Amino acid sequence: MKIAVLSGKGGTGKTTVSTNLAYAMGIDYVDFDVEEPNGHIFLKPRDLKESDVNIMTPVIDQDRCTLCNICVETCQFNALVNTGKRILVFEDLCHGCGACSLACPEKAISEYPRKIGVLFEGTYEKADFFSGRMALNEPMAGPIISEIKRRIPKGRDHIVDCSPGTSCNVVKGVDGADYAIMVTEPSVFGLHDLKLAVELVEEMDIPMGIIINRSNEYDPLIEDYAKDSNLRILGKIPFSKAAAKIYSEGKLLIEEPAIKEIFEGIKKQVLEEVDHAISHS
Amino acid sequence: MQLVILSGKGGTGKTTLVSSFAHLSGRDTIKVDCDVDASNLHLMFEGRDVDKRPFSGSKKAIIDPEACINCGRCQAVCRFDAIEQGEKSYQVIERSCEGCNACRVVCPADAIRLEEEDSGEMIMTILKDDSYLSRANLFPGADGSGKLISEIRKASLELENAREKLIIIDGSPGIGCPVMSSITGVEYGIIVTEPTQSGFEDFKRIYEVARHFRVKSYVVINKFDLNPAMSDQIEEYCRSKELKVLGKIPYDPVVNQSNFESKPLVVYNESIAGDEIKKIWDSIKSEMGV
Repeated sequence: MKIAVLSGKGGTGKTTVSTNLAYAMGIDYVDFDVEEPNGHIFLKPRDLKESDVNIMTPVIDQDRCTLCNICVETCQFNALVNTGKRILVFEDLCHGCGACSLACPEKAISEYPRKIGVLFEGTYEKADFFSGRMALNEPMAGPIISEIKRRIPKGRDHIVDCSPGTSCNVVKGVDGADYAIMVTEPSVFGLHDLKLAVELVEEMDIPMGIIINRSNEYDPLIEDYAKDSNLRILGKIPFSKAAAKIYSEGKLLIEEPAIKEIFEGIKKQVLEEVDHAISHS
Repeated sequence: MQLVILSGKGGTGKTTLVSSFAHLSGRDTIKVDCDVDASNLHLMFEGRDVDKRPFSGSKKAIIDPEACINCGRCQAVCRFDAIEQGEKSYQVIERSCEGCNACRVVCPADAIRLEEEDSGEMIMTILKDDSYLSRANLFPGADGSGKLISEIRKASLELENAREKLIIIDGSPGIGCPVMSSITGVEYGIIVTEPTQSGFEDFKRIYEVARHFRVKSYVVINKFDLNPAMSDQIEEYCRSKELKVLGKIPYDPVVNQSNFESKPLVVYNESIAGDEIKKIWDSIKSEMGV
């Protein structure tokens, strides 16, 4: 079972939902927000094993290079530039695809592994923990997310905490999920961005439900939309200054009895929905 | 001159700040919304779209099933697991394809081509106060946000009198490619953070990126009274980095109301957070000398 948690808008509570729900369900937690990973703050994983994530980056053998320009024309990411005297590599534009070295007729291009971030594997109180962290001033989160994905053992139940937005990196997180949880907040922005995220998940043909964070108990904006779109509301996390304080201290909200009950309710609904989704696929 | 509002972590209050600045400055500024995944700034203002242009941010490989000889070389070289064996020929898994060209380079049958993908649209909006807002929609799941951000920033710089005006940029969350595109060549930045462990960790990372890009940065702590001890820690960190804290915004229920009604916070008369934002706006203007 794989559950993806996403939101469209940043800061709506993806990590709050992912960490607390993983804890409530006792399943693995995977943090795909490698630009600003925060799951570790709340789950406090132990025995973290750190490893490098590299991408293969070209090196030009200037003695062999004839300046034929084929590599420059092949590269789709403008990472190679012909100065007339040599070929320059702009490493931070390189996607590590290897097309240039495949195309070079002189075999003048080799590759070396360039570190773009790190990956963490460990355990938290209930199950396993996976996350990654992109190095500063690196542009590409994608390869780190892909590498974390490869490390998750097949068949393990897990919750994926996606990055904000609806970009290709979010697609990587949602891809292969049995169920998606959309976290939103009852505001015009929350709704606007929720719709975008729903569009993405619908296109990927994955069943989903909604959690309203910072709920005012009755949230017509989101509830009317959910009803019209035939989406189930899995639960509402009420707005409270006390909850905000617990969050600010890096603690799980589930430590509060009232909130624990809410997450138990969400867990039950999610399990029903996932069962339903798996038996119908 | 350009001013970018950043946060690292999403939802710390970037758009609250930017929309208030936008309201306070009116025609004197040009606005750019660089959160192209989930652009929100336009929702706060009435305006009309005066220009829309399609945008292509990436290419995708397409395999011609008639020409494919099923040799499998494309699959062997693809580093993004984007090629699978189909019924008749190999085929591209569109959402994994980065359009890198490696498969086309090795295909002996010339059966692969790259095609531009529709990734989104660029939009120029004129707001009710006659100022411009340059923004975009990246289609859900599409690639190329960094390039799209460069394009909408370029469009803002090409507006009439753009060089004499202040350009206010609502940055995107995170620290990766879209953020780098939002801050390249920008003189001034405000980093909005909140006194939470997540907010503080994310703030340190975005600050390092802003510094690397030589953006003169200032800090605003939002909802500082939610956890005063954490706010003190953030201030302490700022002192150690010689970063000026321009303001501390108190927790204020009016912020929720303004989000709900999607109006800039500073239009509410009795908002303590709004009052602080007005002061922050005056401070940043005097820092920039405008």
